[in-house]
Amino acid sequence: MTQFLIRRIFWAIFLFLVATIITYLIFWVIPADPAALAAGKSATPADVARVRHYLHLDEPIWRQYLRFLWNLVGHQQLGNSFVTRQSVNHIIGQDAPVTASLVFGGAIFWLSLSIPVGILSALRPRSILDRVSMSFVLVGISAHPVWIGLILSYLIGYRLHITPIVGYCNFFPGGIGVQCSGPVQWAYHLLLPWITFMILFAALYVRLVRANVMETMSEDYVRTARAKGASESRVMIQHVLRNSLLPVVTILGMDLGLALGGAIFTESIFNLPGLGHEVINAYNTADLPTITGIVVFATVCVIVFNFIVDVTYGFLDPRIRPS
Amino acid sequence: MAALEVTDLATRFRTDDGIVRAVAGVSFSLDKGRTLGVVGESGSGKSVTFLSVMGLLDPRQSDVTGSVLLDGEEMLKASKSRLQQIRGSKIGMIFQDPMTSLNPVKSIGWQLEEAALIHQDITRKEARQRAIEILKQVEIPRSDQRVNDYPHQFSGGMRQRVMIAMALINNPEILIADEPTTALDVTTQAQILRLMKRLQDEYGMAIVMITHDLGVVAELADDVAVMYGGRIVEQAQVDDLFAKPEMPYTWGLLGSLPRLNSSGGRLEQIPGQPPSLLHPPSGCPFNPRCEFVMDICRQELPPLDLSTVGVEHRFRCHLDDEARARIWEQKRAALVSADAA
Repeated sequence: MTQFLIRRIFWAIFLFLVATIITYLIFWVIPADPAALAAGKSATPADVARVRHYLHLDEPIWRQYLRFLWNLVGHQQLGNSFVTRQSVNHIIGQDAPVTASLVFGGAIFWLSLSIPVGILSALRPRSILDRVSMSFVLVGISAHPVWIGLILSYLIGYRLHITPIVGYCNFFPGGIGVQCSGPVQWAYHLLLPWITFMILFAALYVRLVRANVMETMSEDYVRTARAKGASESRVMIQHVLRNSLLPVVTILGMDLGLALGGAIFTESIFNLPGLGHEVINAYNTADLPTITGIVVFATVCVIVFNFIVDVTYGFLDPRIRPS
Repeated sequence: MAALEVTDLATRFRTDDGIVRAVAGVSFSLDKGRTLGVVGESGSGKSVTFLSVMGLLDPRQSDVTGSVLLDGEEMLKASKSRLQQIRGSKIGMIFQDPMTSLNPVKSIGWQLEEAALIHQDITRKEARQRAIEILKQVEIPRSDQRVNDYPHQFSGGMRQRVMIAMALINNPEILIADEPTTALDVTTQAQILRLMKRLQDEYGMAIVMITHDLGVVAELADDVAVMYGGRIVEQAQVDDLFAKPEMPYTWGLLGSLPRLNSSGGRLEQIPGQPPSLLHPPSGCPFNPRCEFVMDICRQELPPLDLSTVGVEHRFRCHLDDEARARIWEQKRAALVSADAA
């Protein structure tokens, strides 16, 4: 177990370095002048030069990178935004709950749809339910999140007035200058984004669950269970489900980790002030510290969720449990 | 009364290519405490026959007709819940591949307890006690500890012992063993066969031993049924069958047995492939591969005739008594001389 943990940690550090170095390299390559953008429209060349020096942008890129590493390792700081001078830690602290609300709520939606539907279509292949859900899967896989988001927002929000068209409300009541807050408003505003997520991911997951359940049903040990006299429901619950949902846990872990890094499209469509939204803004203003900060956060999320998956997997499957 | 009485059992599978007649009218009976060996090559219908008996075939894809009487009760007409009651309690089944026949994420103990709890009105604790006892019965050492292990911690032979334990935990009258030793190495095979024999003496259950290995039949069976192309082509008490097999397919099976003291020549083989069950040959199913084929063999299915040797020794062949006697004498002489060489 210790060896496993040590290997994991080294792997995480390596992953982290690769992700941040690539971010810096890309930033160095793209033809943007963050100093000019930060200095504003009416700045003189002297102002821009001063800003460049102040933001350390006149240093070579490797020194900037080392400075970023030092701040992160030595002071747990991701630096300050070039544009707003806000601490990036603060920005992420503000945005991450929004993205987390979207992703975890969405996950509950897509799982509670795709697991039952996947199981039922596996039990009755070629039935009406199976055909309908497979067509739905096709739509979900083919359609772009922006399209789904816009259609939902237009139909359900704008035309039918059932939900808000865009916007976000905090889960916890209170705060200065907030228009709305509280769990009910929070869920109400997130409903369409969640459904968008559900359509996108449920498509893949229905297929995944269906394929896994069908495969497990043809396993020899399922026949053994029937030969023992187990009822169909017992066969399903005790023998098929746990085995067939194991691969789903892996995929879910990866998807959650990735999505937490920013559900860029969904957040943009519904104007949710989350990480994806933030990252788009940061790109437009060439705000390197914010971008790297979010990249770091996303990397950590992926690493953490993969770790959680590994631990859960060991718990669910005795074959890979470290003894 | 017979423990299991099967009459005219036929199983058809609906496939995209057409109807596959996997079992085409099979009848036999199995008395209490006896062992029936069912031999035949892959695709002869031996496994499907007993999956049909157990009601383990998917009714959406298959169609089973005929009659299966278990202790006088018709299995083919039994309700789903009645079948579940019977399976595992009156009739147990073990399968070919012990590596995949146990659920990998449940402990051995859990799986044994499940079998007991489904059919017996006992507590979890009593079921666990029963599981440990039965593991001892199938000669698993330190069974009180190993009961907590998972299948991947057991070897193939031990897993097959667990499968046997699971099938016997409710003390069934019949144990169907579908090639239980095929996936095991030879020394383990011998151990498993000896174990089954010992357990039969203790528990008194009848055994159906499905196999393609005549050696297993000789070792364990009282009666034997040879299957080919979805039909029984010869059935007899085991001594009678080995003394005077009555039809060419059985001759071929006996001739293709490897012999330790033979001079290292090629093994005899039956030329050709098993028949297609989708488009079975007309007449006798063995006619395309038979070296003694006559015109009538292509037109008429020979009935299950009674042999002059043994009681209830039946076979399907159009060859007359004299020809069969002569050919078997020659074959046997060849086998004996190969043994002597």
